[in-house]
Amino acid sequence: MLQKKESGTCYENNRTEGNKLLGGSRLQIELETRHRTLVVRLTGELDHHTADSLRTAIEDELDRDVATSVLLNLQGLTFMDSSGLGVILGRYRRLSQMDGRMAACCLNQQVKRIFELSGLTRIMGIYPTEQLALEQL
Amino acid sequence: MQVKNRMQLSFPSLSQNESFARQAVAAFALQVGDWTLVELDEIMTAVSEAVTNAIIHAYDDEIGEVRIHASILQGDGIEIVVEDDGIGIEDVAQAMEPMFTTKSQQERTGMGFSFMESFMHELTVTSAPQQGTSVRMVKWLTTRPDTQV
Repeated sequence: MLQKKESGTCYENNRTEGNKLLGGSRLQIELETRHRTLVVRLTGELDHHTADSLRTAIEDELDRDVATSVLLNLQGLTFMDSSGLGVILGRYRRLSQMDGRMAACCLNQQVKRIFELSGLTRIMGIYPTEQLALEQL
Repeated sequence: MQVKNRMQLSFPSLSQNESFARQAVAAFALQVGDWTLVELDEIMTAVSEAVTNAIIHAYDDEIGEVRIHASILQGDGIEIVVEDDGIGIEDVAQAMEPMFTTKSQQERTGMGFSFMESFMHELTVTSAPQQGTSVRMVKWLTTRPDTQV
């Protein structure tokens, strides 16, 4: 499921908080461009089944040549495995090649563990809030 | 090892079954005892990696059968075996090396076995070319400091 928002829309007023996603493997992707940063907010589970939808969503946005950096807000992400890691690393490589930056915020314990074990925390900025991350990008 | 209870799952190698498989095993694992949420996440991640390997590597673009056997062990542990009848692995030791992947063009990270090894207490991979793969994992309920007498 993909929700696209216009730049500057107030995320807090439009969140799906409280709406439980049915079907464990569904991933909801919310995109918002703030200045030159693509904010990607994920809700649900990021695994091999849902990885392609995230890959396509971010690639399509980067192809528009508007955003030069990507912020992943993972507050609503309840599960991630190495397939999700692959999608994130792939986008990280693309951004690095175009001198862009990537950061993530609001990681839960399971997702944070995957980030740490894979070394992502050493190459990517990890922030406790979206606002703090946006200030750094 | 004495088995207190067991269950089996069998499903086609469709990616939409990955979430079902890890959640079903985690639900069954609750019979072991009072896991922490972190431990349940570890079990789910390990199962997800093993099932995804079967779907992506064992059967590639074809649909085959994935089987999971889970057993509740005496002594508060769970044994999980994920099996497939796919193409098998020629060099298991190499496949288990961190970052090794035969599908880097598909953005596979080669971290699947590393996660299984990190999150479970035992990991045994048995495979041979054209004879499928069996991934056996065991996790024990670690003793909590606050439950010690």
